[in-house]
Amino acid sequence: MNPSEFKFSEEHEWVNSTNNGEFTIGITDFAAGTLGDVVFVELPEVGSEIKQFEKFGEIESVKAVSDLFAPISGTILKKNENLTSEPELVNQDAYGDGWLITIAPKDLTELDSLMSSQDYGKFTESQSH
Amino acid sequence: MSADQNTDLKFTSPYTPNTKNDRAEMLKAIGVKTVDDLFRDIPENYLNPELKIPDAISEMELVQEMEELAGLNAVPGDYASFLGSGAYRHFIPSIVNRLALRSEFMTCYTPYQPEVSQGTLQAHFEFQSMVCQLTGMDVANAGMYDGSTALSEAVLMACRVTKKSAINVLDSVSPQYKEVLKTFLDAPGIKMDSLKDGMASSNESHACLIVQQPNYFGYFEDLTTLSDDIHKAGGLLIVLTDPISLGMYKTPADYGADIVVAEGQSLGISTSYGGPYVGLFACKQDYIRQMPGRIVGRTKDTNGETGYVLTLQTREQHIRRDRATSNICTSVGLIALMSTIYMISQGKQGLKHIANLCYQKAHYAAAQINDIQGYSVNLDRPFFKEFVISCPISPAKINKRLLSKKIIGGIDVSSQIKNGMLVCITETNSRQEIDSLVTALREISAEIGSDEK
Amino acid sequence: MDRSVAGRIGTTLPKLDVPVQDDPPKNLLRESLEMPELSESEIVRYLTQISTFNFSIDHNFYPLGSCTMKYNPKVNDDIAALPGFSEIHPLQEESTVQGALKLMHHLQNILADITGMAGTSLAPMAGAEGELAGMLMTRAYHQRNGDTKRTKILVPDSAHGTNPASAVMAGFEVISLNTDSKGNTDIEALKYVLSDEIAGFMLTQPSTLGLFDTNILEVVNMVRDVGGIIYGDGANLNALVGKLKPGDLGFDILHSNLHKTFTQPHGGGGPGAGAVMVSERILPFLPTPVIDRQIDKSNSEFYSFTRPEHTIGKMGAFHGNFGALVRAYAYIRTLGKQGVPKVSEDAVINANYIRTQLKGIYDLPYDRTCMHEVVFSARNLKRDYGVTALDVSKRLIDYGIHPPTMYFPLIVEEALMIEPTETESKETIDEFIDIMKKIAQEAEDDPGLLKEAPHNTPNTRLDEALAAREPDLRWNK
Repeated sequence: MNPSEFKFSEEHEWVNSTNNGEFTIGITDFAAGTLGDVVFVELPEVGSEIKQFEKFGEIESVKAVSDLFAPISGTILKKNENLTSEPELVNQDAYGDGWLITIAPKDLTELDSLMSSQDYGKFTESQSH
Repeated sequence: MSADQNTDLKFTSPYTPNTKNDRAEMLKAIGVKTVDDLFRDIPENYLNPELKIPDAISEMELVQEMEELAGLNAVPGDYASFLGSGAYRHFIPSIVNRLALRSEFMTCYTPYQPEVSQGTLQAHFEFQSMVCQLTGMDVANAGMYDGSTALSEAVLMACRVTKKSAINVLDSVSPQYKEVLKTFLDAPGIKMDSLKDGMASSNESHACLIVQQPNYFGYFEDLTTLSDDIHKAGGLLIVLTDPISLGMYKTPADYGADIVVAEGQSLGISTSYGGPYVGLFACKQDYIRQMPGRIVGRTKDTNGETGYVLTLQTREQHIRRDRATSNICTSVGLIALMSTIYMISQGKQGLKHIANLCYQKAHYAAAQINDIQGYSVNLDRPFFKEFVISCPISPAKINKRLLSKKIIGGIDVSSQIKNGMLVCITETNSRQEIDSLVTALREISAEIGSDEK
Repeated sequence: MDRSVAGRIGTTLPKLDVPVQDDPPKNLLRESLEMPELSESEIVRYLTQISTFNFSIDHNFYPLGSCTMKYNPKVNDDIAALPGFSEIHPLQEESTVQGALKLMHHLQNILADITGMAGTSLAPMAGAEGELAGMLMTRAYHQRNGDTKRTKILVPDSAHGTNPASAVMAGFEVISLNTDSKGNTDIEALKYVLSDEIAGFMLTQPSTLGLFDTNILEVVNMVRDVGGIIYGDGANLNALVGKLKPGDLGFDILHSNLHKTFTQPHGGGGPGAGAVMVSERILPFLPTPVIDRQIDKSNSEFYSFTRPEHTIGKMGAFHGNFGALVRAYAYIRTLGKQGVPKVSEDAVINANYIRTQLKGIYDLPYDRTCMHEVVFSARNLKRDYGVTALDVSKRLIDYGIHPPTMYFPLIVEEALMIEPTETESKETIDEFIDIMKKIAQEAEDDPGLLKEAPHNTPNTRLDEALAAREPDLRWNK
């Protein structure tokens, strides 16, 4: 279920490289499911810096609010403007149209501290018990 | 020591139905011998302390005692009263209390279960809508404790929005409200500057400028200039207003207000010695996620029917805890409901009419008083239903003499204006009452004239 | 408002009885005011009709945990409406409101006695405002002692959200403290965080789990030993009145939600009242005003406002929610010293009766004697039949009973928090128990029935996600 080429953090964010050396970041399907119907996403401005494992935004469902933690460091290039009017995209397509931001990464070695798809699968299984 | 030592089992109360037998049966089912077996987690030495409160009394005795206490108070109506300054006597149509006292409205909790709370939710929605209509703002919440805490919360919100930690307050804002501001702003370290009348200006450190319109002394401020002043400095304009004045005067939104707050008491709530009241809180759409308090929204149910729910709850303490927009956990629902009924009942014509009555009577009174030897009123600056009388002697002395004539005079504002007495006239003050005040002031003036000679 | 018809009025318009004055300046006047236009009978019908969509305590059992939905005596409403109380103006001279001040003075003393404290301020207008007052007094106390490094407040993970929110409003940093497996304060965790930076501990007793902390004396002593203040959240005072005075245990500050324990009707979410009671050392910091009683030479009494020496200031424009204070006073007078302990005893009996009768049908995460409320978990139903606490709650509505508090405290999965209060009879409680058993059986037999509940309300389940995504917060005309 979780795309095999993506990398995952313990805070349930994913990161994936796109063309041109950019990386896309989102929350996982598991996280979206746990959160419930996403109603609002607060993201930093384009151009701002995010740091690995530090808070960069917030995501809200009807009755919960969660911090978003950066899986890797970098500079924000784009944010998903569609989420303003359609936050439900995060629930519908967490690994596709529900992406949050794209960044120019700062240090690719940070990717090594993240989980593979398979490991993340095991991780979430242990969490749901 | 008998286990039920502290409990007089012969005592019965209409509010606790369980009889001695019921208790015995339930304790048996629970599997304990005595009621105190259920209190064993409390350190033994502290259980069943001696109470020094009085003995129980019957409902009849209670009513008698309370009527006696109530009788010790001088009641406006029996006395001609000219007190305002944040609490106003306006006529309250019967339907306000008759409807609000219905058990269905009065004895329900916060509408967290929307399927069984549509009455409260829909009434809140009407309230929010009408607060927006009155103030001209985009959105309103379902109510705050009172006008003064609504103002304090507005300041905290302005600081969140602008990420600044100093504010500017026009010095004609109510001193009571400024005291409350101090309570709320000291701890988070928000600095409060005071802006003297007509002496701009705000600077870049200011998250907001607070203007009371009409001001504490009843007069209108030049909001156009003040609005420019704070907006140029990059802060928000917070207007504290009187909802009755909005029946005829321009809205704060017309001047570019970012947040509008008000004491809602004049909308159908009795003065009740200062509470409970309801604070009105409205703002621009952009700031909605920074707004404190409860908000009701319209939505659909699973059958596609319209219904109402509490919404944007992630701002609130029960979800966001230490990062909530406020710790507030009430919307003073019942009082907000009363003001809702009042606003619907006065409606389009009534609100304007009441505002006009206040205006006419206050101006009649001010002109009469200004004509009395020794007293003066500033009639050049526009005012609404309150104004300041410059008295020949201290207002405290005048009030004492007025009281003996069954008149409750105005507020002593001599610390701000020499021998100033702030009076309020609403539609409930009859011409006879106003004339009696004028006569009494004239007599007092004559009396002190002769006393001094 | 879409019911409006142009030209209708909802009330009569009084005549102007003074000569017409000059017009106000045109530039100050608004151009239009769009407000409802309905006749009085239409207004009465509209509001009466929507009122019937509400569930209320006068209608039936309302076991909403943590909210103390007890019966509200009607006479108290009549008393609060006496013109001598409801018509007086907050800025009248003291000599003209002696009855009001006397009542407030009596209530201050009564609340101080019931809680074992040295003094009371009735100023806070709600429980959360009482909490804020408490936190501000904590701050002021330490600052007065030059103890400025105390910037942290301990709050258990089971606490109401108002606790951390209030502490932050008072400028503190919040340290969340774990609850141990028995539902008590985790003493080891407490030891670990205690330091001279701790300003105080916000402690709800009994906790939101409905449990009295059996480590209470140890906890109080540990916090006081490092110089911290014990702040009691009196939200659950209904379990203790007449049975325990928190002041005796060493609490410095306690707020009481007068609308809960002392029956101001909840009114669809307020008004409340949040009196604060304090120990001797906190007296100078109480919010203003406090009512004082003097006896003059002729032996007549006079009640007046005083301002505590180092007061944290005013909590509202005037003197607190007087209407709620009248009701609280009337209620306590009716109960008297005989009736007050019976409140907590019957509340605790009712809760434990429910606990023992429903145990085994719903999971009981903390299986021990509870106080005035009991917290079950529907996790067994979720695990076995996919039915959640929400589904059970909504099904209760079909049976004419208000749902318990759900999903709180946060530390209990699928929480169902049940607070019966003392004003319910054994028959009502028995009926509730039967219904809860029936619902558990339905969860097994026909989970869909619960998933689609409620079935007979004006609305079925509402789309809260839609409401939050596309906020529609007012009508426009």
